[in-house]
Amino acid sequence: MAQIASLLAIDGALIVVAGWLAIGVAGLAALHNVRLVGRLLFPLSALLSVALAGIALLALPGTPQTAVLAIGLPDLPFHLRLDALSAFFLALLGLASAGISVFAGGYFRQGEGTPPGLLCMHYHLFLASMALVLLADDAYAYMVTWEMMALSSFFLVTTNHRIAEIRKAGYLYLLVAHVGAIAILLCFGVLQANTGDYTFANMRAQHLSPFWASCAFGLSLFGFGAKAGILPLHIWLPEAHPAAPSPVSALMSGVMLKTAVYGLIRVNFDLIATPLWWWGTIALGLGLATAIFGVVFAAAQVDMKRLLAYSSIENIGLIVVGLGLAIVFNAYRMDALAALALAASLYHCLNHALFKSLLFLGTGSVLHATHERSLGKLGGLMRFMPFVAWTTLVGVIASAGLPPSNGFVSEWLLLQSFLFTGELPNPYLRMLVPVFAAGVVLVAALAGYVMVKFFGVIFLGRPREEKLAQARDADGLERLGLAWLTAGCLLLGLFPVAVLEVIDPITVAMVGKGLAQSGHAGDWLMLAPVSAERASYSPLLFFLLTLSIVLVAFALVRRFYHGRVRRAAPWDCGFPMQTARMQDTAEGFGQPIRQIFEPFFRMRRELPSPFDSAPRYKVTVEDPMWAWVYLRIAAVTEAASRLVGLLQRGRISIYLLYSFVTLVALLSLTQL
Amino acid sequence: MSPLVGQVINLFAAVLLLIAFAMLAQRRIVTLIHLFALQGLALVGSTTTVAFATGQHHLYWSAGITFALKVVILPLILHRLIRRLNVKWDIETLINIPTMMLVGILLVVFAFNLALPISQFSQSIARGTLGIAMACVLMSFLMMITRSKAVPQVIGFLAMENGLFFAATSATYGMPMVVELGIALDVLVGMVILGVFMFQIREQFDSLDIHHLEKLKED
Amino acid sequence: MNVEGLLAQITALLVALAGAPLVMGWVNMCRAWLQNRAAPPLLQPFRLLHKLFWKESVIAHDASPLFRVAPYVVFGCMLLACMIIPTLSTNLPLAPAADAIALVGLFGLARLFISLAAMDIGTSFGTMGARREMLIGFLAEPAFLMVLFTASLISSSTSLATTVATLAHREFAIQPSLAFAGIAFTMVSLAENARVPVDNPATHLELTMIHEALILEYSGRHLALLEWAAALKLFAYSCAGLAIFFPWGIAEARDHVALLWALPALAVKLAAGGFALALIETILAKMRIFRVPEFLATAFLLGVLALLVHLLLGA
Repeated sequence: MAQIASLLAIDGALIVVAGWLAIGVAGLAALHNVRLVGRLLFPLSALLSVALAGIALLALPGTPQTAVLAIGLPDLPFHLRLDALSAFFLALLGLASAGISVFAGGYFRQGEGTPPGLLCMHYHLFLASMALVLLADDAYAYMVTWEMMALSSFFLVTTNHRIAEIRKAGYLYLLVAHVGAIAILLCFGVLQANTGDYTFANMRAQHLSPFWASCAFGLSLFGFGAKAGILPLHIWLPEAHPAAPSPVSALMSGVMLKTAVYGLIRVNFDLIATPLWWWGTIALGLGLATAIFGVVFAAAQVDMKRLLAYSSIENIGLIVVGLGLAIVFNAYRMDALAALALAASLYHCLNHALFKSLLFLGTGSVLHATHERSLGKLGGLMRFMPFVAWTTLVGVIASAGLPPSNGFVSEWLLLQSFLFTGELPNPYLRMLVPVFAAGVVLVAALAGYVMVKFFGVIFLGRPREEKLAQARDADGLERLGLAWLTAGCLLLGLFPVAVLEVIDPITVAMVGKGLAQSGHAGDWLMLAPVSAERASYSPLLFFLLTLSIVLVAFALVRRFYHGRVRRAAPWDCGFPMQTARMQDTAEGFGQPIRQIFEPFFRMRRELPSPFDSAPRYKVTVEDPMWAWVYLRIAAVTEAASRLVGLLQRGRISIYLLYSFVTLVALLSLTQL
Repeated sequence: MSPLVGQVINLFAAVLLLIAFAMLAQRRIVTLIHLFALQGLALVGSTTTVAFATGQHHLYWSAGITFALKVVILPLILHRLIRRLNVKWDIETLINIPTMMLVGILLVVFAFNLALPISQFSQSIARGTLGIAMACVLMSFLMMITRSKAVPQVIGFLAMENGLFFAATSATYGMPMVVELGIALDVLVGMVILGVFMFQIREQFDSLDIHHLEKLKED
Repeated sequence: MNVEGLLAQITALLVALAGAPLVMGWVNMCRAWLQNRAAPPLLQPFRLLHKLFWKESVIAHDASPLFRVAPYVVFGCMLLACMIIPTLSTNLPLAPAADAIALVGLFGLARLFISLAAMDIGTSFGTMGARREMLIGFLAEPAFLMVLFTASLISSSTSLATTVATLAHREFAIQPSLAFAGIAFTMVSLAENARVPVDNPATHLELTMIHEALILEYSGRHLALLEWAAALKLFAYSCAGLAIFFPWGIAEARDHVALLWALPALAVKLAAGGFALALIETILAKMRIFRVPEFLATAFLLGVLALLVHLLLGA
């Protein structure tokens, strides 16, 4: 049975892709029929997602399968391949998109920009192209599907295209995506080493010189980094994520960023045979800088979706840190540790896909219920939207990296791989890597701060606006989507050994060693990647213990004392006048971070003077990367264009002269 | 020689490193002088330990000189100096302090790796200390670079000499007595000259901010 | 899981539950003595808890279920922390469930819940307390982890039981890295347990409080649980510090006599530690809240230096 299943896995994946495309076309047919699109097409697509996840998980331990699709240009068919790495990311796509699609079924409505049918088309095109990116086995197929992914997501981002800011965000996204795509194309060009054969199989067979391999590494880091949001190419992310409708933000942040991580792993662990150690340090440094930058900026945001976007940047940073560490270990042939670091990265990819989708969907529900994105106008929603609040709380705990959630497991694994670096042959690295660990820990702790701010300001306290009391909790399909992702977060957190067993074949394929060989196998309860004496963690035990203490304490208090409660007005040190506006605003909650990390920010403050009749306080925090990098590039470009502009004289005879000179020069070249 | 001696020297080395970091992070001149005296004390301790462990009696002498000069006389002079100059204000740093800490950590790693091949040849008690001594020198240098007032710069200069002295005692059991005396005298004289110099600066510019010295260049 | 391990685990649990308020009472006594005041009796914290448990719980009108769940969760986290840390014996069957990193995570979870609960009522003091608590947390957590990492690097294990066993078995040696880590640990525990110089446990002066601001809206049994949890936290931190930096007198597996001795040894160490805490609280003044980040950044730096010094000097 398993034989048959594994034989058909890649075909199954392709059937799912075809199904998605069919749903997309069907959506086009029912352009304005919200009921059909929402109640039928999106749930159907979620079922396909579940099927895809199942197929991928079945195929994961098996041998790689290939297929050739004769589409595209003649003589250039699509080569597809489903190996452990692709299967893992396909499973991630399936698991996350199942929840998001169901949610989307209840989310999209008439009158919000693009008609729902067209949106359904873009959405499923996006899903299908992501699946194909993960399956592609030659540069041609990869680039075509990659561009398809970028374009379809561009249309999704600009759903509300009547708003100028959203158009601008979409344009920025498209621009960065294309600059990145050029780098990826060049990277493949380097990897095929002048053989003219652009299949990945050929690239694997090439042995590049260190120089060319390093070029390929740099190009891949730039190209995929642009998609993933590595510093300083992250600028599109905080613009595009808030602009897009929430399910799309969830899909982009949760899944699309992971396709870039997939690309990084594919190129640097699979296609390039021999990595160099200093690539790893570059990735480590960039990753850590990205993570710190992301989390510090997340703490200063006042728009809930921007906050999550910066939090995504932070998580991508952590993933890249793990990859960098894995590259370092891989270069020194310390396979067990490389496997640990890579597994930590992959685990975090999966976790982030689930909890960030969950959080984005939560903001989607809040947005629909209140029409408000600014944290300063929300508050107290836990009373009106308990379901959304509690599911979001799970995502918040996961995102803060606290036990027993899934976010903690991957952080734990990452820190473990940092701690056992004593055997590194390079003395600089031996000493610097624990310092990096300190940075990672700081990021993890700051993430907790950000998440308390996020949850506390939106869901807790008193409503900061009158209208919030009318907020309605999410209904049917939206609830189902949230519940699916919540369950995913909990299960991934409580059964890490099972997840690591899934990841095992990938690390075996990529770095030659799995974690199962080094000791945890056999004990499904206890996570002990190196050995039980060195480190162990058992989330299930942990969770059950805490739960039982809570329950026993509850029972004992009732048994020996009482359970009486009286409701009264808040005490608040006896201050009589208390309004909702006296709570900390989002700015206020982020103020300590702004103060401590002041050099990071470009802040503009408007302070009221004591004599103002209508005092106003305003602070805007800007991304310094604009000033440090992009405005300079813009200035240079402008100067260069002005130089080119000198050629423009406006007289036809001069233009003809240019052509003539060019012609003569080219003709004289033929003589050489 | 018991392993305890090596451990004690390591401890002093660590304390020196700690003080170097503290000096880098310190905002107030008075505390900076206290730290400098403390650093001298740690130096005296380590020198005495080395003297005791190796039985080289001239090291006791140099420990004594260090004590007199770096724990008593120089801090006294510095205290007098800041009183006379009336410069107890907080020091402005040119780079913010966390960044300096980060650079400091990088310097430690760099210095240690630089010293690694040398300390492998060294036969002395505590091999790791050479790297720390070097790190102290570099960090004091960094402190001189990043402070804009004259007094902390002088302290940085003196702390640098402390690091060198520590390198000498821990790695090679001290320099010949004559050299050490010479250096001690140099430091003392240098201090006096710098003190005079500072008065001159203040008289000229009404401030000890060395930014004013930039005006001296020809345009 | 053997009988002996089970016994040690249950003893640890009971000792934590009973010992935590005792330590609190002891610290208060010492502080009163040092400040030349008449000391409250040692058992005063128990009486306070008993009284609070009997009292009616008054809750604000808008309190959500989260507000009522939080005290139990915080209490559960702290008790679990006490069960993981090798207080009396390193032979704890539950210890493999969570290592040093998970211990820090556990404290983080408790912090998240108490902060969210403080924000739940929507009063200005509650949100202020939550903000300050998270501020201290995000700086103290990494510093604490750096301390634990230093111990972990020495013993090449993040499991607390293994670390403590390794440290206890070594020959005596002066370790600068552990000395640095010890100072950092002291600073972190002062901040985390809301003690002078970061916070004042005896104050209700509105603008300076941190811990008190968090639990301002609680009363009755909820407050009792939170007070008990705070005592447990102090107990957990003290025991962790004692186990790492003074690992003597902790029993190991199959050492029945040592288990008998472990309790008096712990009592003596805790008494000394409590006195030291009272002394610190008496001689230091509370610092301004804006200085707290610097204080904790220093602790973090010390932790990093401890790690570096361990790598540099191999000690």
